[in-house]
Amino acid sequence: MSRRTRGALAGIAVIAGLSLAACGSGGSSNPLKSSAPPASKGSVVVGSANFPEDELLAEIYAQALQAKGIKVTTRFNIGAREVYYPQVVSGAVTILPEYNGALLTTSLDPNSTAATTAQVNAELTTKLPSSVEILSSSSAQDKDSVTVTQATAAKYHLASIADLKPFASKMIIGGPPEFKTRRDGLLGLKSVYGLTFKGFDPLDESGPITLSALTSGKVQAADVFTTTPQIITDHLVALADPKFDFAAQNVTPLVYKKGVNPTIVSTLNEISAKLTTAGLLAMDKQIILNKASYPTVASNWLKSVGLG
Amino acid sequence: MSWAWENRAMLAGYTGQHLYLALTPVLIGLVISLPLGIACARWKWFYPPALTASSVLYAIPALALFIFLIPYTGLVGPTQSLTLIIPLALYSLATVLPNVVDGLRAVPEPVRQAATAMGFGPLRRLIRVELPLAVPVVIAGLRVATVASISLVSVGALIGIGGLGYLFIDGEQRDFFTTEITVGLLLIVLIALAADAVLVGVRRLLTPWLRGREVGTP
Amino acid sequence: MNAIGPGFAWLAQAQQWHGANGIPARLLQHLGYVGISLLIAALIALPAGLLIGHTGRGGFLVVSLANFGRALPTLGLVVLAFAVALAYLGSAGTSAAYIVPLVALAIPPILVNAYEGMLGVDPGLKDAARGMGMTGPQLLRKVEAPVALPLILLGLRTAAIQVVATATIAAYVGLGGLGRYIIDGLATNDYAEVAGGALLVVMLALAVQAAFVGLRWLIVPAGLRLQAQPA
Repeated sequence: MSRRTRGALAGIAVIAGLSLAACGSGGSSNPLKSSAPPASKGSVVVGSANFPEDELLAEIYAQALQAKGIKVTTRFNIGAREVYYPQVVSGAVTILPEYNGALLTTSLDPNSTAATTAQVNAELTTKLPSSVEILSSSSAQDKDSVTVTQATAAKYHLASIADLKPFASKMIIGGPPEFKTRRDGLLGLKSVYGLTFKGFDPLDESGPITLSALTSGKVQAADVFTTTPQIITDHLVALADPKFDFAAQNVTPLVYKKGVNPTIVSTLNEISAKLTTAGLLAMDKQIILNKASYPTVASNWLKSVGLG
Repeated sequence: MSWAWENRAMLAGYTGQHLYLALTPVLIGLVISLPLGIACARWKWFYPPALTASSVLYAIPALALFIFLIPYTGLVGPTQSLTLIIPLALYSLATVLPNVVDGLRAVPEPVRQAATAMGFGPLRRLIRVELPLAVPVVIAGLRVATVASISLVSVGALIGIGGLGYLFIDGEQRDFFTTEITVGLLLIVLIALAADAVLVGVRRLLTPWLRGREVGTP
Repeated sequence: MNAIGPGFAWLAQAQQWHGANGIPARLLQHLGYVGISLLIAALIALPAGLLIGHTGRGGFLVVSLANFGRALPTLGLVVLAFAVALAYLGSAGTSAAYIVPLVALAIPPILVNAYEGMLGVDPGLKDAARGMGMTGPQLLRKVEAPVALPLILLGLRTAAIQVVATATIAAYVGLGGLGRYIIDGLATNDYAEVAGGALLVVMLALAVQAAFVGLRWLIVPAGLRLQAQPA
C-alpha cells in the first residue's frame, strides 16, 4: 500500500473517530441542536407547534428575549400538541406560544365547559401540572372552527354550527389528523351539537390542502383556523358557535417554571399585551400569502408595537 | 432565484444540519459494516441472517423508525439528533454490508495465496491486500447509502428534525410556496451529487492501480 | 423494541378492520399506489435498461440518472406534485400526486439492474447467437433478456419494497394508504397506531418479497437460477 493510500485511510479513520466521538458527546459540534433546558445557565428553548402562525409567534418570543440579552435556542415544528406538550412539561422546551382553550381541552380536561378567557385561564391555573404555568393571555385569538364555502352556507342556510344538524350526516368534514380524536374536534361537535358526519378527511393544519378540498367540494365543511388569511380571499364562512364548543383560544405563553426568570416573564407578558387578533391576522397574511420571512415579519411587528 | 439568495443564511444553516444528520450515520454504518462484513465473509453461516435482517429493515418506513426512537433519544434536547442518526445508520449498514462481503469474497484466490506465500499473516493480508481490493465495491455501496441517507433526512421534518426537509413542510403550509419547495429539492439533489462525487474521488485515491483502467466504472 | 406489542394489540382491535379508515380500505389504496407506480416505472425503465445494455452505449447515463433519482426526496416531490396537480388538474387531480414521486423512486433500481443484467450476459453466448444468424432484436429477445431475467426481477423486487415503504409518505398530503396510520398516529401521539401501521407495511413488504421469490421460481429457468447471485 502506498504512502498516499495509507494516508487516505488514516484520514478516513480519523474522521470516523471524530464523528463517533461527537455523537457520543451528544454532538455538541452541531450549532443547530438545541441545548438542555437549564435555567441555571440563563438560556431557554423556545419551541413551536407545526404550523406557520405558531412558528411566527415563537420567533417573536425568541427575538424579544434575545433583545433582552437572554440566550435562546429555537426548536420549531415539533408537532401537534399531543407531541410537544410533554416536552414543555418535562422542561425540554422552556417556552411555547399556546392557545389556552385548546390546551385545556386537549391535554388537561376534555370535559371542561369553560368558555371565556377568564374561565379557561382559571381552570388552566388549577389543572396544569406543577412544572408549568401560563403567563398573561393576549387578546389575540386563533380558534378552530367549522367553516364552509359561501355557496354551501347559502344552499343550506347555515349561520351557526347548530344549523348543520339536519345535513351533517351527508357531509364529509375535513381537518388536521388530530381533529378526529380531540374534544376540540369531532368529539366536541358530537357532544355539544349532536353532529355525526358522514366521514372525516384528514388533511393538513388549515393549509392549502384543507382549503382546496373545501373550495372544490371534496369536503363540505372543514376546521379552518380563524386567522387563516384565505378565509377572506376564498370567501369562506366560519360558522358561529353559540354553544361555545370551541372555548376561547387566546395566544398565551406556556412556560416551564424553573426555566424562566422575571425578565423573561415580563417580556412575554409585554408581547401578550400588544398582540391583537387583527395584528395576528395581518402577520399571517404576510407569512402565508406574501411569503415574507418569519424573522422579518417578527421584527417588524416588534418594532411597530414599540418592543423592538 | 432571489428568494434563495435573500434567505441564504437560513438555507446554509439547514444545509449544515442536513449534512450532519445524513453523513454521520453513513460513517457509523461503514465502521460497523467492516468488522461485521469481515465476519460474514469468513463465517458463511453468519451472512444469511444478517441479510434477512437488513431486508426486513428496508421494509420499515423511515418515519416509523424515527417515531419509535423518540422515547429513547428524545424529540427536543441534546440527543435529539440520534433519533434520526440511529435509524439512518441501520439503513446505511444494511446497504453497505453486502458490498463489504461481496468485495472481500471477490478477491481472487490466487491473489490470497500469493500474499500468504509472501509471508503475510491473515490480519496483514486482510488489511494490505483484501480490503484495498474490496474498495471499489465497498465505495459503490457507500455511494448508494450516502445518497439515500441525504434523501431520507428530509422525512425527519415531520418531527421537526429534518434539515432541508423543513423547506417542504413550511412550503406546503404557506399556501404551497413552490419556490421554497423547489429550492429544497435542488439543494438536496446538489449535496447528494456532491457527496457522490467526493466518494468517487476517494475511490480514485485509494485505488491507484485502477487509474487509466476505469472503463465500466462510472 | 416495545412498539411491537402495542402494534399487534392495535391490529387485533376489531374496529380497525371496518370503514373508510379500516385496514382493508387503506391496504387496498396502498396496493393501488404501489401497483400503478411500479407499472409505470417498469414501462419506462425496463425498455431503457434493456436497450442501453444491449447496445452497450449510454451506461454513464444510466448511473447518473439512477443517482439523481435516488437523491430526490420523496416528501418534497409529493408536496410539489400535489401543488402542481392542484394548479393544473384541480382538486380531483391531486389524488394522483403520488405517481411522479413513487415512479421516480422506483426507476433507479429497475433501470440499473436491467442494465447490469444485460451487461452480465456472457459475450460468448452473444457471439454464438450472432453466428447462428440472429439479428439484434432477436438476440435481445431470445438470448440477452432471458439471461438477464434474474437481475431484472431483482430490480423489480428492490423497487417494489422501497415503494411499499415509501408510499407511506403520501399520507402527509392527505392521501390514503397505510401511511395514514403513521401520520395520524404521530399527530395524536398514538404510538400503537404508528406501530400498527408500520407492522402492516412490513408484512406487506415481506409478502411482496415472497411473491417475487415465487415469481423467480416460476419464470427463471433452473440453470440461470442456480448461476445467479443471491439477493
